[in-house]
Amino acid sequence: MNDDIEMPRLDKLYRLQFEEAQKAWVLLYPEGMVKLNDSAGAILQRCDGAHTVAMMVEELQQAFGIEGIAPEVEIFVKHAIERGWLV
Amino acid sequence: MSNTPSSVAGLSEPRVDSSSPIAQPAPPLWLLAELTYRCPLHCAFCYNPLDYARHDRELDTAQWRRVLTEARALGAAQLGFSGGEPLLRDDLEELVAHARGLGFYTNLITSGVGLTDARLAALREAGLDHIQLSFQDSTREMNDFLSSTRTFALKQRVATLIKAHGYPMVLNCVLHRYNLPHVGAIIEMALEMGAEYLELANTQYYGWAWENRLALMPTEAQLREAEAVVAAYREKIGKRCRILFVVPDYYETRPKKCMNGWGSVFLGVAPDGAALPCHAARGLPGLTLPNVADQSLSDIWYHSDAFQRFRGTAWMPEPCRSCDERENDLGGCRCQAFLLTGDPTRTDPVCDKSPDHARVREVVMHGASAALAGHATASEYPLVFRADAASRAFASGDAKAR
Repeated sequence: MNDDIEMPRLDKLYRLQFEEAQKAWVLLYPEGMVKLNDSAGAILQRCDGAHTVAMMVEELQQAFGIEGIAPEVEIFVKHAIERGWLV
Repeated sequence: MSNTPSSVAGLSEPRVDSSSPIAQPAPPLWLLAELTYRCPLHCAFCYNPLDYARHDRELDTAQWRRVLTEARALGAAQLGFSGGEPLLRDDLEELVAHARGLGFYTNLITSGVGLTDARLAALREAGLDHIQLSFQDSTREMNDFLSSTRTFALKQRVATLIKAHGYPMVLNCVLHRYNLPHVGAIIEMALEMGAEYLELANTQYYGWAWENRLALMPTEAQLREAEAVVAAYREKIGKRCRILFVVPDYYETRPKKCMNGWGSVFLGVAPDGAALPCHAARGLPGLTLPNVADQSLSDIWYHSDAFQRFRGTAWMPEPCRSCDERENDLGGCRCQAFLLTGDPTRTDPVCDKSPDHARVREVVMHGASAALAGHATASEYPLVFRADAASRAFASGDAKAR
C-alpha cells in the first residue's frame, strides 16, 4: 500500500474522460470502464501529479463552497490507489 | 459538490446495471468491430461461425468510419478491433485514428501476426490505447498445434515489441483440457513479458469451439486445480499483473448473464456489416440480423427486431418467467440455448432448473471421460481446425456440424 504518494496521478492504464451519453466522468482501461460519481470525478481530475491531497482539498472546497472534506478525499485517494487507478 | 464526499466510494460499474431495458434501452457501451474473418491462425476454439466463408464481403473504410462515428454518438466508449485478424486490414491505422479522435478507448485484439515495429509505431501515432495479444499456450509445441501454425516465437517477439512501444498489454489465453495443466507456466510467461493483465478465458463453446467441444472439454479436477494455481499466484504477485480467470459455465448451475443482457451494453458488427447482439448471434435461426450498410446504428440498437427480441424479461419462457433470479442472469445465453436444445428461446440449459440441464451434463461427461481416457480417444474426437476450406465445406453443406 503506497501511502507515501505525495502527488498522485493516474496510472497509464487508465484514461479519465467525461461521457456525454452518461453525463458522468468515467475511467476507461483495457476493455473496461468505471462510471464515477461527481465527487470521484472531481477528485480524479485533480490527480495530475501536480497536486498534493491538501491542494486538492483546498481547490475542491473553494470550487464547491464547502468545508471539512479532507478526511473523505483522503479515503477516496487511498481507495483509488488500492484499486490501482493512481500511482 | 452535488454528492457528499462520503459517497465517492459508491462507484457503480455500468455493466452490472440491471435497469429494465424494455422501456428505455440504455445506449451501447462496447462496440466490437470485427474487421475481417480472414485470419492467419486456425485455432480449434475460435468462436467465429463455422460457415464464415459464406460472408466474405467486407465493409469498406468509409463504412467503418461511419459505424464508429454513429456508435460513439450513441454513447459507446469502449471499442475493440477484432476479427479474424484485424491487422490484415491495411486501413486499421486510419480507423484507429478516427476512433481515437471520437474519444473511444481503443483496443486491438490480435494474434500478433503482422504486428511489426513499423505498424506498432503507426498505431501509436494513431492513438491506439491498448493491445490484447493472444497466446495458445506457454509452450511452442502446444501453441503451434492448437493454432495449426508456427507462431509461438513470433508472438514472443511481438510481446517484446509491444512493451518496447510502451503499450499496456493484456495477454489472452483460451483454456481447455489441452492447456489447463499449464496454467502456472502461462502465468509465469505473462509475468516475464510484463503484461499488465492476463486473461485466462476458459473456452466458450460457440462456432469452432462448439464443433470441437468433446475434444476441448476439461475435467472438473483440471479446472479446480487451475483455479487453485491462479489463486496462489494472485496472492503472490499482487497488482503487478491482474489475472482474470473466466469460469466455464458448463460446470456451473446458473447461467452467465450473457453480454450483460441482450441489447444491453454490447454491439458487435461483423465483417460484412451484420449487427450482432452477441458474438455468436449469427447462428440463431429465425433472427434477421440488421446490416449497418442499410440502417443507422441508432435504428438498429433501439428499433430492430433482432435487438429487441430478447431484451429484458418479457420474452422468457418457464422456468425463467416465474424465477426470482431472472434479473440476475436474464435467462443466460441465447446462442448456448440454441446450440444445446435447437431452440434459442429456451432457458439456458446451464441452469439446473432448466428441463434441458441434462444436455450440458452430457457434454461435460463425454468430454471429461474422453479427457480421462487420454490419447486413446484422440482419433475419436479429432480437432477440426478453423480454415477457409473447412468453412466452405460447412457453408455448402458438404460438411455437417457435429
